[in-house]
Amino acid sequence: MTPVDFLADLVNPDLAFLPKALAVAVMAAIMCGAVGCYVVLRGMAFIGDAVAHAVFPGLAVAFLLSGSLVVGGTIAGVVTALLVAVFSQNRRLKEDSVIGVFFVAAFALGIVVISRAPGYAGSLQQFLFGSITGIPDRDLYVVGGTGLALLLVIVLLHKEFVAVSLDRETARALGLRVFQLDLVLYVLVTLAVVMAVQTIGNILVLALLVTPASTARLLTDRLPAMMLLAPAIGAGSALVGLYLSWSWDLPVGGTIVLVLTAVFLTAYLFAPRHGVVMRTLE
Amino acid sequence: MNPDVLTLTGVTVRLGGRTALEDATVSVRRGAFTGLVGPNGAGKTTLLRAALGLVPLTAGSVTLSGGGAGYVPQRHEFAWDFPASVQDAVMSGLVRRIGLFRRPGVRHWTAVWDALDRVRLGDLRKRPVGELSGGQRQRVLVARALVVDPAVLLLDEPFTGLDMPSQELLTGLFTALARERSVLMATHDLSAAAYTCDRLILMNRTVVGEGPFADLKDPGIWMRTFQVGADSHLLKTLGLTAVEA
Repeated sequence: MTPVDFLADLVNPDLAFLPKALAVAVMAAIMCGAVGCYVVLRGMAFIGDAVAHAVFPGLAVAFLLSGSLVVGGTIAGVVTALLVAVFSQNRRLKEDSVIGVFFVAAFALGIVVISRAPGYAGSLQQFLFGSITGIPDRDLYVVGGTGLALLLVIVLLHKEFVAVSLDRETARALGLRVFQLDLVLYVLVTLAVVMAVQTIGNILVLALLVTPASTARLLTDRLPAMMLLAPAIGAGSALVGLYLSWSWDLPVGGTIVLVLTAVFLTAYLFAPRHGVVMRTLE
Repeated sequence: MNPDVLTLTGVTVRLGGRTALEDATVSVRRGAFTGLVGPNGAGKTTLLRAALGLVPLTAGSVTLSGGGAGYVPQRHEFAWDFPASVQDAVMSGLVRRIGLFRRPGVRHWTAVWDALDRVRLGDLRKRPVGELSGGQRQRVLVARALVVDPAVLLLDEPFTGLDMPSQELLTGLFTALARERSVLMATHDLSAAAYTCDRLILMNRTVVGEGPFADLKDPGIWMRTFQVGADSHLLKTLGLTAVEA
């Protein structure tokens, strides 16, 4: 299928779900790309993974009650992030162990909850691996609005996030509310993940968070450039991934992630300053 | 004017059930370069953190004169792999002063560049922090503390892992900064502290001795601080010989 055929399908009224899926995937990729920069730079990939899994019971409950998946997922993600933050205060346990305990517990709870739903296997697969059908119109506005709010918070709190990421202790000595800023960041990660779960799926969403930001980090030493590049890489890969999955009838989440990975590997090899090829030539 | 910029009175700090600092009373004078020395685990870093209000005090009080304290942590506390330039790193010291939801203005950038000139890094201000040498990194941290124009600088082990030329350059910088404000430096390097600092604070959980090196010639104080015997090379390095008991 040529890109022109893809365009024709996008505007075909019988395939109305396709442009909706594309819009949601691209907006979610932009959000994940921006927040993902902090996740990658602070070495929080495991927290990102945890939040991604932790939203699952919320999605399951919302699905059972026919409520909003976005609201359900957000509540579950934030509650898990709060539990991790509180239990990590106990110095006997390292934070990654606490995360390990709670995110698997949340995921397990989600599986138990969703097993009570009729047509359990089909919906489970949709949650875990994503789907481009069945996105209600309302979700377009929710994702768009959440995306704008999330980007606004990032713009407003960027210098605080940077100060805390550079040096927590000194940020605290300067009088910044480090714990509260961490919580805000967790909430942002949760929101970005929830927005992306619909199309790309619960398990693969980590790729949207981590891969574009990692790729951007290979390409630049300037944070502003990185924070523009990562969402662009995410959005571009979502577009190309959806196109490939549509033309070859491949699962959409998996295809998007493989496109992202291909872009990452290309940057890893050919990045202008830090790529393997340039370093070998030097 | 009060000659002390920073005073800790009877400060006790418990961390995770263990007493890191017990009944410590010290004062740091304006215009003086004060060295804070003691063995590992003596509570040097805890004392600095207590002065900054970063740890809860179990007992005692901290008095800081107007102008506040600038913190220069150990170099490994800073994320050097972060994609930030030298001037971005120094700007992060002004975050609180710029205020929530605001962007840095001309006067903030001027303050950053002045601080960088002060530590002689003016020409590297756009360099990514990851490409700096150890000595340059240390100077970035000093500039970040200086940018808020503090009355006293608190330095935690600034010489660790640096070669001699870098140490010498930093010592000159610290001495000059001590004259115009005040510097309290925790360090392992005893001989450097003894010969460059105006005053020394010897500690091991609590303050064992305090004053100019010339007034601390009693080897017993050093033996108590560092838990060493009378024939320790430490005393010989400092030019002190134990009196036979």
